Formats: sequence, structure tokens, C-alpha cells
Amino acid sequence: MPQTIGIPRETFAGEKRVATAPDIIEKLIKLGFAVTVESGAGNGASFFDDAFAKSGAKVVGSAADVWSTSDIIFKVRAPDLSEVALMKAGQTLISFIWPAQNPDLMKALADKKVTVLAMDAVPRLLSRAQKMDALTSMASISGYRAVIEAANAFGRYFNGQITAAGKILPAKVFVAGAGVAGLAAIGTSVGLGAIVRANDTRAEVADQVKSMGAEFVKVDYEEEGSGGGGYAKVMSEGFQKAQREMYAKQAKDVDIIITTALIPGKPAPKLITAEMVESMKPGSVIVDMAGEQGGNCELTEPGKAVVKHGVTIIGYTDLASRLAKQSSTLYATNQLRLTEELCKAKDGQIVVNMEDDAIRGFTVIKDGKITWPAPPLKLPAPPAPKAVGAPVPVKEKSAFAKVISVLTMPVIALALFALIGLYAPTAFLGHFTVFVLAVFVGYMVVWNVTPALHTPLMSVTNAISSIITIGALIQIAPPLAEGLTRPDELIRWIAIVGIALTSINMFGGFAVTRRMLMMFNK
Amino acid sequence: MSEGLQTVSYLGATILFILSLGGLSNPETAKRGNWYGIIGMTIAVLATVFGPRVTPGGYAFIVGAMVVGGSIGLYAARIVRMTQMPELVAIMHSLVGFAACTIGFASFIDTSTVFPTAAEHTIHIMEIYIGVLIGAVTFTGSVIAFGKLSGKISGKPMLLPARHLLNLAGLLVVIYYGYVFATAGSIEAGMLPLIVMTVIALLFGIHMVMAIGGADMPVVISMLNSYSGWAAAATGFMLSNDLLIVVGALVGSSGAILSYIMCRAMNRNFLSVIAGGFGSAEGQAAKPGAAPAGEVSPISAAETAELLRESKNVIIVPGYGMAVAQAQHSVYEITKVLRDKGVNVRFGIHPVAGRMPGHMNVLLAEAKVPYDIVLEMDELNDDFPDTDVAMVIGANDIVNPSAEDDPTSPIAGMPVLEVWKAKTSIVMKRSMASGYAGVDNPLFYKENNRMLFGDAKKMLDEVLAALKV
Repeated sequence: MPQTIGIPRETFAGEKRVATAPDIIEKLIKLGFAVTVESGAGNGASFFDDAFAKSGAKVVGSAADVWSTSDIIFKVRAPDLSEVALMKAGQTLISFIWPAQNPDLMKALADKKVTVLAMDAVPRLLSRAQKMDALTSMASISGYRAVIEAANAFGRYFNGQITAAGKILPAKVFVAGAGVAGLAAIGTSVGLGAIVRANDTRAEVADQVKSMGAEFVKVDYEEEGSGGGGYAKVMSEGFQKAQREMYAKQAKDVDIIITTALIPGKPAPKLITAEMVESMKPGSVIVDMAGEQGGNCELTEPGKAVVKHGVTIIGYTDLASRLAKQSSTLYATNQLRLTEELCKAKDGQIVVNMEDDAIRGFTVIKDGKITWPAPPLKLPAPPAPKAVGAPVPVKEKSAFAKVISVLTMPVIALALFALIGLYAPTAFLGHFTVFVLAVFVGYMVVWNVTPALHTPLMSVTNAISSIITIGALIQIAPPLAEGLTRPDELIRWIAIVGIALTSINMFGGFAVTRRMLMMFNK
Repeated sequence: MSEGLQTVSYLGATILFILSLGGLSNPETAKRGNWYGIIGMTIAVLATVFGPRVTPGGYAFIVGAMVVGGSIGLYAARIVRMTQMPELVAIMHSLVGFAACTIGFASFIDTSTVFPTAAEHTIHIMEIYIGVLIGAVTFTGSVIAFGKLSGKISGKPMLLPARHLLNLAGLLVVIYYGYVFATAGSIEAGMLPLIVMTVIALLFGIHMVMAIGGADMPVVISMLNSYSGWAAAATGFMLSNDLLIVVGALVGSSGAILSYIMCRAMNRNFLSVIAGGFGSAEGQAAKPGAAPAGEVSPISAAETAELLRESKNVIIVPGYGMAVAQAQHSVYEITKVLRDKGVNVRFGIHPVAGRMPGHMNVLLAEAKVPYDIVLEMDELNDDFPDTDVAMVIGANDIVNPSAEDDPTSPIAGMPVLEVWKAKTSIVMKRSMASGYAGVDNPLFYKENNRMLFGDAKKMLDEVLAALKV
């Protein structure tokens, strides 16, 4: 009996995403599952009921029907308590949960004796888990959308132009925090033609920033800001002061600020003060992507766009949802990858294998027992900066050894030639001369052969090496000098074999070369 | 035909052979070059047959033998598939080697040749000895190479313990018997040393090629090509025939140059190739600690088509896998569709791609890919940064970045096609297995690399279908 995956409509006000897409439903069905979707669940993302039905899902009228008939529930947002009430023991829920921020929800879910897999708890450092990492895909979309929102609120072009009416300067964008969202924002801004600068407390992202085409602005203070797990940590007072000075300087200069600074489990750091906003040029835009955690700007009003001191401050907390079709597709793909990990047998049954690092990581409740937080991953030690170069010591030859090695070959050659000249009979010397000259001619000629024709070269040299047949030809029936005998029959048959074999080469070699060369066309 | 006329004919044939090789310097003149070779060969054979050394009594035998051999040769040339060219060439080398042996033996037992001086006789005897030696090594070496190329023998290097000692012992025995042979007074006394040496040479040929891995095959083939030339030259010395000497020397140096080019393309020393055992040689075995970590990102045929359609510059890097899958025609179809759309498609050929020098060029030519878009590594390696998609079809070691980055890699220093510098690289591969060199490939884990798993032909056909819609 295949398990049923149910996708209810998101109930959170303004949420347009849905935890599936028609393409994904087809793939889930291929994995052996049955899929039930609540009617209208995908309307916000422009996936309509008929598309779901066409890809094989059953569309049912009410959320209660989905919750009661499904073994597995796919959602985007964490369920609210009324949704939890619809759950039944043994069910599995896969969605964002944020267990740290939602202890009550965790308790309610545990009481229902369900299994909960949190999309936000996917161990991001495990490379195998990256394909399931919805935080990354959502952050990337948000970063893109943040720039689009900024462009919408900003009264000028992003790119610089020289027009007949005069020169237009490009917009200057400053991105605070170069995580996934920040990098996406950088990429989008660069794409629109703006001059982009970015900063992050983690020095190691400087290269990524530069690779996206932006300038990395350093804080003039030495401190490593990587808090492990790819996240940032709270910095020291001295650093923060230097950082504020840098931000104040940037605020005066740039047109658009996009902030993405988050520290796990802490309110967002206040990077942009009211004075800095005041110092910005009128018409400037701030997009504060940390709105949900209180915002990076003192004047941000989470969820709203406000104008203060002539600066538009956008604090939307639903940036990903504003690109509902894209984010739904990516989120559903992440969930599909996760389902594939859970259903290795492709038999429509999920197995929550707690021995698996990745699965252990995102399982926050197993059969009613809270298993969050997962023990830290035993990751292989981060690749220590490679012992770059450890340059293989090149043996430095002494000058004497060099002279010897340069001289060896000519000396040997001279000695050989001298020996041959001294002892070999003249008849041999004649042949030897021809031989050496022919080697040199061959050397000169073959270097001119284009590499593309190396195979025909081999087959034609192969064909002409059948010239050896001459050896056999003159053995077959030579005129015998007076008084000499030889084992005529034996030699003749050996020679016939030789001629036959070399003829294969001769005819075959030229024929195949010709066949090959006919194919070379411009 | 008088002796003088024969000599002049031989001279003409020699010139034609040199012109023949010279003609191969570009595809325009190559066809003419082949004809020069054919004419030269015809002149040489006719001049010999009607020359003073062959009496009319032999004509029937000669014609019979040539008809039989020639028909076999023409038939083989007609049916051979272009992917099998390396095998064909290898087996043909073995024939030259074998013929050198038979001619040597026949010459040895021929009592009708007399020499005015003892020194000349000794030299003749030594020429026989050396001619048979080279011929025998060429013969078995080529047979084994044929077996390896056609998959009848495993492509893995077979390494006997103390193999260098074995070879050395063989060499000493050969030298000792050479002395015995040279000083033997009669044919009967000389027969034993000659046969012992032949057997050792045959075994050495087997042993030498068995110890060489599949990736080194281009070197082996060109080396055997060279040997077959030297065998012909030695036979020429033995018979005091300048034509044989010249042609043998031409072929020998041509093969030697090819071997050198192949070795340079792999950054390997010729001796270390011959010593054998690539990928398992002592001290440079791939160390497991260097296994690159990261995620490989698969891609579907439809997505590949999408990427290709949206690119301006595409470079295709074919390897042996394309030959195995017989995918060259599908590659051409894709090329044609893309070129019609205005995409600049080019091919990047690594010198050792495939199993013999120039193998890929022949396959692409067979599929009618115009040769002016098929470029050598050096010609386009700098263009990868401006390339949107670099598509690697069935190649591995020749696109391995560790050759440049990792000084401890067994293939460190080998020049490679820098496909990872393209905006996106797509590697078509059957599975994640490593290449012939047994070295893992960090390219697969690069962020801008995508893997298209599956049989090259099947996947390319799917890409083509997706491109056409």
C-alpha cells in the first residue's frame, strides 16, 4: 500500500507559496507515492487544480480531507496549532519548523505522536544534503527579489549610460552580509549594471564576492568572524565600532543598501543607525532582509515599506513568497530530494533512518519524541589549507654535471661513428650513410605532419613498411651462381608466406588510408 | 631489367615515399600523398620482380601470394570501422614484424649468397640476428597490443615481479647467443642460438606490452610503428638493399617522433612508459587522501540542450568514450544544429585522446565534421574562459585539473584541456569511475561542472532531440 503525500493550502496570511509543483508530483508518483492536494493550494503560485490533477494528484476540497487521508504532509510554513489539531498519530510532517523559536509548537506536535522533519534543520555542511537545503534556495530567491524591490522603489536606472541627453551615473549598491541571499543580491545588482560593494564579517567570502563582480569592502579591524557551520558570530566591541564607521561612510556614498546580516538564534545586528539613514541621499533605498529577526536597520518596520528621512526602507518578510512560482518549484524540488533520501527503495514508503547523518539532522520529532537538536555532525576535519606547492625540490645540478649531461650524447655518438668508421667494411658504410641520412629526412618530413593526420600517417607508414616484401621477393627465385645450391623449396615457401603477409599490409594499408583521407572535408 | 635501371627505379620510389609522408602535412595534399605512396610501392615491386634478382620461375608464386594477401588486405580495409583503426594498425605492424623474421630465417639458411671477406660475412650474420630480433619483438608486441585494444586482453598493466630483472636477463642471453651465433661456423651450429634468441624476443615483446596500461596505448602503437620501420631497415642492411634501408628509416623515425609527441602530451618519459605499469607504478600510486570532496551536480539531456542553445561559444572535447559508444555521428548532428543557430562550435583534441595518435580526428572526419573546426589543444586552450559550454564526451584524464593543481598527482604536469575555465562544463560519462590512469577527477566536483550520466550515444541523441524541438 503506497503512502499518501498530502499538500494542504498554506494558511499563513499572505503566504503564496505551496509545497509542490505539478512536475514534482509526477516524480513523487514515480517514487511510488500517491499525492493528494487541497483544492486551490497552488493558486498563489499560479499552479492551478487542473495542472495538479493532470500530473496525477488527487485534488480534494478541504484541508481537513488532506490532513486526515495523508501519511505524509508537505508544507512550507510551520503549521499553526489549529493545523496541528488535524494531525493523527504516526503521520509525518515535512516543513519549516524553526524548533528553537517555536517550543510550544514542538510540544504540541510531540503530543500528537507524529514524526516531524524540519526543512530548516537540514545539515547544510553535509554536501550530500545540499540538494535538500531549502534555506539556501529560499535565501537565493529572496536576495534576487530584494534587488527587484529596491529597483522598484528607486527612482533611477541601475546601469550607467551615455545618452544624447547626457551621462547617467550607475547606481551604487552596498550589500551587507554575503551569505546566500547576499550573494544572490550581489549577482542580481551586478546583472542590472550597478556598481556593487559588499561586506561580511567572514573574511573567507571575499573571494566569492569578487567572483560575482562586486568589490569587497573590508572593516579596518582584525578579527575572524566565522562562527562555525558557515554562519557568522557576534563580533567584539572594537570590531563593531570599526564596522559602524565603515557603514557610516558607505551610507553617505551609496544609493541602495541591502542588508542580510543574521546571527543564528540572536536578534539581527543593528548595522544601520537612524543617523546613517539620515545621511543617505534622498531617494535612496534600504532593503532590510533581516526584518523577521528585528531588522538590521533601526528604522525598519518589519513587513512594511516606509519612507523615513527621504529614504525608502523596505522590511518585507515575505520576499520569497513574492516570487511564489519560483520559490514553490525550488522548495518542492528540495522536498523531492529529501523524499528520495527517505525512500531509497522507490517503493512509496519512507524510512526515517536515524543512523543516516543527513536524516538524523533534520528529524526533529520521531514518533512523538523530540530529537532536536541533533548531535553535532562528525564532519571530516575541514580541509586544512593545502600544503600548497610543497614544491618538489628540483635537484640542482652542479655546473660540472650539466656539462657532462650535455656532452654525453654527442660523445657517445662520436665514439660509435668512430668505431664504425674504423672497423666496418666500405660496403656497409655506404648503406650506413644512406640509413642515417634517411633517418634525418624522415625526422624533417614527419614534424610537418599535422596532428590531425597522425592516424593516416601511421597507416600510410604501415603500408610503406610493407616494402620489406622486396626481401621476400628476391628470395623466391634468384638466379643461382654456378656451383651453388640452396634449400630451394623451403626458402620459397617461407618467402611466399612473407609476400602474402606483407601484401595484406601493402594493399590494406593504402586502401584504408585512402578511405580515411576521403573523409577529411572542410 | 638491368641493375642500373632497377637502382634508378628504387631512387624514384624513395622520392615518392618521402613525398607521400610530406603530403600528410595538411588534409588538402594528403590524398595526393597517398597516391604517391601507392605509385612508389608499385614501382618498387615491379622493379624488383622484373629485376635481375628474380627469375621468371618465381612469377607465378609471387602473383599468387600477392593476390591472396592483397585481397585479405583490401577486404580488411573495407570492413574496418573507424573506431577499430588502432586494432587494425596494430595487427598490421605485427605482420611486418613477422615478415622480417621469415626473411631473416630464409636469408640465414640460404647457402647461395657468398661474401668475399669474412668481415662482410660476420656483418651479414649480425644483421640477420638483429633483424630477426626486432622483427620478433614487433610481432608479439603488436599482437598483444591488438589484443588489448580489441578488449580480448585486459587493458590493465600486467606486472610480473622482478620484471626489469627478467628483461635484463633476457638481454644478456640475447647478447651471449649473438656472440655464439656470429662465431658459429655452419648453418646447423647457428640455428640453435638464432631460435633461442627468437623465442626470447617473442617473449620480450609479449612481456613489454602486457606491462603497459591502456592509457599509454597511443605511445605503444607509435612505438611499434617505429619498430616495424627499424625491422625493415635491418632487413635492408641484411640484403644490402638501400630502398629497404631508406623506407625503414623513414617509417622508424616517423614512429619515433609520434611516440615522442605522445609522451610529451602526457608529460611522461619514454622509458617510464616502456617500463610500464602506469597508475600502479611504485611511489606514484594515487594516494587515497587526495580524493576530492564535494557534490557532483547531475544534469538532464533536456537541460543540456537548453544550455547549448543559449550559448555563443561551445567547445566539445571528445575522448575514447565517444569512440566506444560510436557517438561521433550524433555529435556531428548536434554540431550541425548548433552551427545553424549561429553557435560557434569547435572541437578540442588532446594529443592522446583515444587509443592512437589522431584517432579522434579520424572519427570526427568520418562523421563529416569539417576539419577546420577540429582544433588541437594548444590552438584553443586559451579560449576556454570565453566559452559558454565545454562539453566533455567520454574523456577523463585529459581534462583533469589535478594535472595542473596537484603536484603529487600521478598525472601532474601533463598538459590538459582546461574545460573548467569555461562558464559551464558538462561531462558525459557512464558512471563516476576514474579514468585509465586510475586518478580521481576533481573536475566532476567543481561548482560550474555538470554531469550527464549515461551512454554517450543515447544521451547525445536525447540532447539532439531536445535541441530540435
